[in-house]
Amino acid sequence: MSSERDSETTFDEDSQPNDEVVPYSDDDTEDELDSRQPGVESEQTQTNRGTEESRETLRKDCSWQVKANDQHFHEQPQFKRTILLCFKKSKYAGNAIKTYKYNPITFLPLNLFEQFKRAANFYFLVLLILQAIPQISTLSWYTTLVPLLLVLGITAVKDLVDDIARHRMDNEVNNRTCEVIRDGRFKNTKWKDIKVGDIIRLKKNTFVPADILLLSSSEPNSLCYVETAELDGETNLKFKMALEVTDKYLQEESAMADFNGLIECEEPNNRLDKFTGTLFWRNMSYALDADKILLRGCKVRNTDFCHGVVIFAGADTKIMKNSGKTKFKRTKIDSLMNYMVYTIFLVLILLSAGLAIGHTYWEQQIGNSSWYLYDAEDYSPPYRGFLNFWGYIIVLNTMVPISLYVSVEVIRLGQSYFINWDLQMYYSEKDTAAKARTTTLNEQLGQIHYIFSDKTGTLTQNIMTFKKCCINGQRYGDCRDGAGQLPSHPEQVDFSWNMYADGKFLFYDHYLIEQIKSRKDPEIQKFFLLLAICHTVMVDVSDGQINYQAASPDEGALVTAARNFGYVFLSRTQNTITISEMGIEKTYDVLAILDFNSDRKRMSVIVRESNGNIRLYCKGADTVIYERLHPRNVKREATEEALDVFANETLRTLCLCYRDISDDEFEAWNKKFMEASVATTNRDEALDKVYEEIEKNLILLGATAIEDKLQDGVPETISKLSKADIKIWVLTGDKKETAENIGFSCELLTDETTICYGEDISALLQTRLENQRNRAGSSTHSSLRMNEPFFQGSRDRALIITGSWLNEILLEKKKKKKKLKLKFPRTAEEKQKQTEKRRKAEAYKEQQQKNFVDLACECKAVICCRVTPKQKAMVVELVKKYKKAITLAIGDGANDVNMIKSKAAVRLLSVGNISSGSSSTISSLFLFVEKTLPSVSLPTLTFLASLLPSMPALSLYEETLYEMLPTLELESVAKKGCRLSCQATTLLGNSATSRDCCWSTDDGPTLGCASF
Amino acid sequence: MLVSWSASEGFAPQEAEARPSRCPDNSAFKQQRLPAWKPQLTIATVLSTFFLTGAFCLSVGICLILSANSVREIQVYKCSDCSKLRENSYNWNIECLCSVDFKLKEDMLGDVFMYYGLQNFYQNHRRYVISRSDAQLLGRDVNRSYCAPFTTYNNGTPMAPCGAIANSMFNDTIDLFYNFNSSVIQVPLLKTGNSWWTDKNVKFRNPQSHNLSSAFAGTARPPYWQKPVYLLDEEDERNNGYINDDFIIWMRVSAFATFRNLYRRISRKRHFADGLPAGNYTFHISYNFPVTKFKGKKYVILSTMVWSGGSNPFLGIAYVVCGAAATLTGFIITAIHLKLRKKKTYFQK
Repeated sequence: MSSERDSETTFDEDSQPNDEVVPYSDDDTEDELDSRQPGVESEQTQTNRGTEESRETLRKDCSWQVKANDQHFHEQPQFKRTILLCFKKSKYAGNAIKTYKYNPITFLPLNLFEQFKRAANFYFLVLLILQAIPQISTLSWYTTLVPLLLVLGITAVKDLVDDIARHRMDNEVNNRTCEVIRDGRFKNTKWKDIKVGDIIRLKKNTFVPADILLLSSSEPNSLCYVETAELDGETNLKFKMALEVTDKYLQEESAMADFNGLIECEEPNNRLDKFTGTLFWRNMSYALDADKILLRGCKVRNTDFCHGVVIFAGADTKIMKNSGKTKFKRTKIDSLMNYMVYTIFLVLILLSAGLAIGHTYWEQQIGNSSWYLYDAEDYSPPYRGFLNFWGYIIVLNTMVPISLYVSVEVIRLGQSYFINWDLQMYYSEKDTAAKARTTTLNEQLGQIHYIFSDKTGTLTQNIMTFKKCCINGQRYGDCRDGAGQLPSHPEQVDFSWNMYADGKFLFYDHYLIEQIKSRKDPEIQKFFLLLAICHTVMVDVSDGQINYQAASPDEGALVTAARNFGYVFLSRTQNTITISEMGIEKTYDVLAILDFNSDRKRMSVIVRESNGNIRLYCKGADTVIYERLHPRNVKREATEEALDVFANETLRTLCLCYRDISDDEFEAWNKKFMEASVATTNRDEALDKVYEEIEKNLILLGATAIEDKLQDGVPETISKLSKADIKIWVLTGDKKETAENIGFSCELLTDETTICYGEDISALLQTRLENQRNRAGSSTHSSLRMNEPFFQGSRDRALIITGSWLNEILLEKKKKKKKLKLKFPRTAEEKQKQTEKRRKAEAYKEQQQKNFVDLACECKAVICCRVTPKQKAMVVELVKKYKKAITLAIGDGANDVNMIKSKAAVRLLSVGNISSGSSSTISSLFLFVEKTLPSVSLPTLTFLASLLPSMPALSLYEETLYEMLPTLELESVAKKGCRLSCQATTLLGNSATSRDCCWSTDDGPTLGCASF
Repeated sequence: MLVSWSASEGFAPQEAEARPSRCPDNSAFKQQRLPAWKPQLTIATVLSTFFLTGAFCLSVGICLILSANSVREIQVYKCSDCSKLRENSYNWNIECLCSVDFKLKEDMLGDVFMYYGLQNFYQNHRRYVISRSDAQLLGRDVNRSYCAPFTTYNNGTPMAPCGAIANSMFNDTIDLFYNFNSSVIQVPLLKTGNSWWTDKNVKFRNPQSHNLSSAFAGTARPPYWQKPVYLLDEEDERNNGYINDDFIIWMRVSAFATFRNLYRRISRKRHFADGLPAGNYTFHISYNFPVTKFKGKKYVILSTMVWSGGSNPFLGIAYVVCGAAATLTGFIITAIHLKLRKKKTYFQK
């Protein structure tokens, strides 16, 4: 298999990376991100421990046991853990949540402790203590006490108010009620009394009180719709489906009260989309996955009621596990400020010491014999000098600009309010104003050097529409009349013949409609049948209208297209799917759904047709599909051509194919599938393997092309940003061609741009590395200092690189596990040799990475296509690491979480933030980014600059002012260590808007305004 | 994670559909359109500001220095015999008189002021500065803890006035004689009207009583004093006690270790109607104040006054330095500007 081959290659093998292939799985990106240790070691130890541990891991993986309706089970001693010496506590948390920090007794000590953890407060406390010593005290005691008390008091009051609010909120939440089985009946119970193993009933539009396993619901097949806006910001409904067995037997209250299943699952964690577990009931085991779990914080929608058993309660729930401590992000100004304060403090000490020594000398020479200074104390001059040292520290304490922190805080707070109030950043369509979630990073925005952007949903609107298709090698979708001729003017296809058409669908190819209506071509029928069958879309019928609830907009677009073309998906049950084929209703038995995930990049359904044939329908990314095609696919080339054409039109493509399966083959496979689906360890991998076995020898049907429109104003914004010399990196999972075309359509790339591809720069990097090695000779470190440019000439350059080339270049490949096993060192010598080798490889890798970043930064734009979320994060990390630049990552959340949270300094604008949820509808977001950057930062920076004398920002301030007329040229500021995001071209001076300076391009709209 | 969860966010009921628009107010404050004056700093304005400031400061400074130089002043170092005697504190009550002759080569016209100067006397010492009781000096009988260590005697008798400043009051008496045609004329000196009005009338007041000695009954003079406070000026009731001009002037401590305090003014009568004529003069000094112990020196200074004050060149020098700095900065900025203008690479090609 080609994907296997790819993952097995190591860097000493000289294989060409495949542009088309997405490198490897990154399902466990989060863990890997957290521990950025190179994988070699851990993998090695893992393999060492190998087999004997597999049993243990099984137990370790599924050590969380929940028994329904059995409180005593959870109170067994093995479920206790020691808290304090001999006090034991159940490991199962109660459902009461506690977000407050203080109670009446602990408030004062804890709060004071918290406050004195801040350096500034502690500093004042030390001063206060010094002043309490009469021999030292130089100022009256209240000079420090009063301000300190004031600060402490205000903070304490604020904390108190916050905490009271938290107490109230906790109380409110904990005292909500829901129905829980108690003594065999559903009774209203408070949330805080819900325990693990309880069976609860949830009504429509109520929040889920804990993480529960869905047992049954009022809907057929125990479907249950939930809205997860509170969890991930997505507002589309998601459906959850209960196990068949629980759906069947657990509808009645009495049955539920008798339910005694045992659930074994993983320990509580913060992975919202992952869950593995097994239900043991009536001597059978059933696999559980995330689709059967309702998470706390979700809202039940479109479902009258549903039942579930509590698995995680209270602090164990995924949402609470996610609400971890927010790490305080420090900006450059913060660290600069810290540096300054510490330096000043050091200077203060030195100064005081110097003064004290001087005082000793003076005391010896003059002071001691000055009769008029008699003070009735018989101190020696050195002792007087020592006392004076502390006295000077008190007297000169104002030298340490400790109040600077407060001032900066206040300014930032004010700035964040101005951001929130900014009319230019108000999005009227959604009635949403900008919201600065953090006050600490505002000024950082003005210093952004690199923007990493996702494509879908950020550059584009993420509103998908079916545009074109290729069926059996024949392309459809251009303007054509019924006979296949080009019409004089485009005419919209009339879908009125189809009672299910939604009326919003626009299509211009009458020829395709004729083909469908004529029903001559079985391939076309199969094609649309596949679109109608192979998906995970849910139907929601309201007022006789069919509404589709799709998890991904692509899927929604395809199913909607099929519906308009006469293949209407009507309903689904657990095992069947009903569609209307040109008006004839047919029901297919669904034998298996081979789900989509970012690894597989495809999904399949296996259905039994009415005539008993078993057929697998599969749709997926062209790369993965092409690997699995039957060798004798006649239309392969033609379709490939069509795919290229579509990609050139910046359309998103999917390949469709099918395969007939014999009964025997299916039976054999189904057995394996069943086994894999209840596997307790590595179930996903096992399933993937099983899926792989059946998805082969596929017969190509054709391809679809979906359009994802650009956001409003994207080209303008990008050109402005690039004028400001902000480098834009687009990181996308799309095909290279699609990405390139998107690059052109949003004017990231122009005709003048020289585009470099992976293979070009690979050679460049290789020679550079050779040179460096040769030159470096023995010492490896001197080679790090080479900085000659990679490219000659000043042409615009852009880099388009695929994920696999990225891996090739950055040596980030996964290593074969088998190999590592063999390499396990036996002797100390071998071990040392190996570490030496590894160290060398590390240094080599680091050099290569640095070279790559240097090279990429010479390009005006970088587009990374076919990259996985993990690679996105990796790229951001690389730039942060080697360029020490401030980066901005923009993404719509879902697959960009890694990138956004990977310590990127600014993770301010994800769509989820700007409008709570609805990643699909927000437009012109990117435009807002442009408005945010210059207009926010200039004032902030200058505010801060006027506060912090002698820091770079000040020089920026002065230089800005100084160089303002007639042409504002902020680029020179970059040399000072601070940079601004806007490169102004023409200064309008005191413009009519009464902001002082607005920058604009020659004919474009105002780029940004700043008040000095 | 993207999810930031708090109880308030997590379970807040959905807000009503029909809520007021969240569009920010289009007010001057919120949109940062408040009227403001923000100077446009161009090369012309910046440079002209610097050069004008420089020119102004330089001219003022030069004027001040010139006028300070026109002050006529004579400084006389005091006698050494007595200073030896005073080195030993046991001789404190032995009177020591000395006379210093000097010659004025030119007339000192106008008002002539007589100062005593002290060198190396650290009136600015922190412990010294705070050792006084302003309340006591206002005539109130209050606790004198600020005066430590000169508060009370061991037997409990409070000192009046208390504190280190008062205790170390300058107690020489200086008389000036003019040797005119071999006759010696005492130059008439004014001992009142030398202090600030606010000091004399507001900050210093004697305790209320029918006479001064009874007002200070129950108190004792400071240890280094030779006579109690109510005998500072026995001739003039309004110059006695706390409101004695010499005392008031002493209590106004100096910022530096070398300083001069006004002692007397020449009364412009008869021979001295126009100031001090040129000729030979003699100071008769009753030497009481010991300075050699702390390596100090004393002077007697006669000085005239001009419009800018006494013979202090500091202000003038300060102006000149500032003016020079501003001018220099102006030149530097000009240089930078000329250099940058050539180098500047415009963004637009």
